[in-house]
Amino acid sequence: MATEQKEITDLVKRKYEHGFVTDIEQEFVPPGLDEDVIRLISQKKGEPEFMTEWRLKAYRHWLTMKEPDWAHVRFNPIDYQAISYYAAPKSQEDAPKSLDEVDPKLLETYDKLGIPLHERARLAGVAVDAVFDSVSVATTFKEKLAEAGVIFCSFSDAVKSHPELVRKYLGSVVPHRDNFYAALNSAVFSDGSFVYVPKGVRCPMELSTYFRINAANTGQFERTLIVADEGSHVSYLEGCTAPMRDENQLHAAVVELVALEGAEIKYSTVQNWYPGDEQGVGGIYNFVTKRGECRGANSKISWTQVETGSAITWKYPSCVLRGENSVGEFYSVAVANNYQQADTGTKMVHIGANTRSTIISKGISAGHGQNAYRGLVRVLPTARGARNYTQCDSLLLGDKCGAHTFPYIESRQRSARVEHEATTSKISEDQLFYCRQRGLSEEDAVNMIVNGFCREVFKELPMEFAVEAQNLMNVTLEGAVG
Amino acid sequence: MLTIENLHVSVEEREILKGLDLSVNAGEVHAIMGPNGSGKSTLAQVLAGKDNYNVTQGRVLYRGEDLLEMEPEERARRGVFLAFQYPTEIPGVNNAYLLKAALNARREADGEQPVDAFEFMRLIRSRMELMNISKEFLNRSVNEGFSGGEKKRNEILQMLVLEPSLAILDETDSGLDVDALKIVAAGVNSLRSADRAMVLVTHYERLLELIVPDHVHVLSDGRIVKSGDHELARELDARGYDWVQQEAASA
Ligand SMILES: Nc1ncnc2c1ncn2[C@@H]1O[C@H](COP(=O)(O)OP(=O)(O)OP(=O)(O)O)[C@@H](O)[C@H]1O
Ligand SMILES: [Mg+2]
Repeated sequence: MATEQKEITDLVKRKYEHGFVTDIEQEFVPPGLDEDVIRLISQKKGEPEFMTEWRLKAYRHWLTMKEPDWAHVRFNPIDYQAISYYAAPKSQEDAPKSLDEVDPKLLETYDKLGIPLHERARLAGVAVDAVFDSVSVATTFKEKLAEAGVIFCSFSDAVKSHPELVRKYLGSVVPHRDNFYAALNSAVFSDGSFVYVPKGVRCPMELSTYFRINAANTGQFERTLIVADEGSHVSYLEGCTAPMRDENQLHAAVVELVALEGAEIKYSTVQNWYPGDEQGVGGIYNFVTKRGECRGANSKISWTQVETGSAITWKYPSCVLRGENSVGEFYSVAVANNYQQADTGTKMVHIGANTRSTIISKGISAGHGQNAYRGLVRVLPTARGARNYTQCDSLLLGDKCGAHTFPYIESRQRSARVEHEATTSKISEDQLFYCRQRGLSEEDAVNMIVNGFCREVFKELPMEFAVEAQNLMNVTLEGAVG
Repeated sequence: MLTIENLHVSVEEREILKGLDLSVNAGEVHAIMGPNGSGKSTLAQVLAGKDNYNVTQGRVLYRGEDLLEMEPEERARRGVFLAFQYPTEIPGVNNAYLLKAALNARREADGEQPVDAFEFMRLIRSRMELMNISKEFLNRSVNEGFSGGEKKRNEILQMLVLEPSLAILDETDSGLDVDALKIVAAGVNSLRSADRAMVLVTHYERLLELIVPDHVHVLSDGRIVKSGDHELARELDARGYDWVQQEAASA
């Protein structure tokens, strides 16, 4: 059906809504990377000695490493000396003490993004930390959280006000030697969010961080650390956007989660970095290391991600299931449209007895997009009675895109049960016709069918964001009709 | 309401409808019968706007306008409804959601406000009762895992909610047990009105005992070869199609 293929290509046209640049005075560290730059970053942030040393150690190790080449993605070599490793709004020099001191232009930026930072304007019950290029510009609802004993602040703040917690947990899940990008991040990370939920506390509201890359020629290297102490509970959401630019920009973040005995962390991501244009020019390289450790018995870590942006996504939110009976979950929707490339999945490492993991992955490919699921389920001999269920579905819109599945299973425990199911499908002509016969436009029909395909994942998102994710999906696939 | 003149339709070079004429007025129920492969579903699909059929000759007017020029969704919004012979499964999309989207598309085209949740629930509850469909059905995915009979009942439920002006039912009676057949017939009859027309494609006269047609047509080899009233259906039931085809051949 030649006409139909044409329609698909015609319709794979999307608009990126967040592609504006905020014109604001910024302070840069000149491009390039060496020990002096790292010392400078550390000094600018007023970090204690141990942090500077930690960064340098990571940097020295990074120098000995090579970029990984096993992912199903292709890109031109990155010149790490051409990147500026620190960009901060100038007014941040003397960091604002409260929202009222935040540069109004920044507040406007976040308003435009639909993330008003003014607490009174916030959706009820969501605390936000906003990271603009390299630094956190505002954290809302701090006091209310403090009443509950929850610490939610920028990483920079945490280093200063809670050095003992940072020191104890930083790098304990993703050590600086973990991989090339994690090592780089450890050396140069600029800011990010820090969360600590004390014993037995149920965090009274959703926590959320919005990351925004604004400056040109900068990389964003943020670091997030969430510690849920025994019996505590927290739900956290991150969202991301960037301006449209012709050059590619690197985003190499590290996220570490620690769940102690009986604790539960729910981490959701709606990733909408600029994906590049229809010809594949520009866009963010999103090379991210995310890992959670269920350190205590009966703990649970659940990752939910909706990945619609970035030129390249390289990301495997993982769970190390150390505590007995601990549970790891991974729910993912990844979209690759136009020339986007996504290589994403998860690792579930079963160490404790009776640990359980669930992986639900939904990959959508459109245009010339390439979408790979890469997942590892590893069961160590200590993990008696471990169980994993993996379901991996791919949906193709058009015939120039691709879906690939790389499931790796390594089980060294006989009593373990590991199940894997995979499907690949296309939106069928019959489905489209059926919906159109009921009066839906072709576009609405595709959106409805795609959203139906993603339903198992969307229903895991916090309510406030499920709708956002659905809308984002519709914009992302705007026109991607098959 | 509907005027089909000299309609020729082919699929992949093969001609299936070979000069079909049919005229349906508001308020009428027409039954189309005919042997397997004679082109009944093809006619239904072409009227609904399925795109891999080539109309090579003829025209179709719906309320005086060229139906074939319209996109499928436009036809639907103007009140053309097809109950599919083989309804499609759509995983993850729940029935209520599709129904509401369909109803709102129709209302928008009519310049009405989207239906509010409460009104919508009341509307479908009453229709579901009529179709003897249980509540949890609304949260199931469209047609997924439905039995053959459930799929057919779902088509009629959609029809009752959308209240089309022209309903085309392609073998909605096939595969139904006796009770379900009665339910479906009651549903269809409840929609009969002076400003609405229906075209029933069926193989079985027993449906026509329950939904009494005003006209019965025999479609054979791409043409309407004989038309009559309810009595013709009874005769076909007793004697089969051979005699009609022979009659047509000798004419
Ligand atoms: N998409 C298609 N591709 C090829 N042939 C087709 C297609 N659709 C219909 N046909 C052919 O056209 C002819 C008419 O088919 P149609 O489905 O309209 O018959 P029907 O009268 O509805 O039959 P039945 O009573 O079995 O439902 C058949 O020979 C069928 O094989
Ligand atoms: Mg048929």
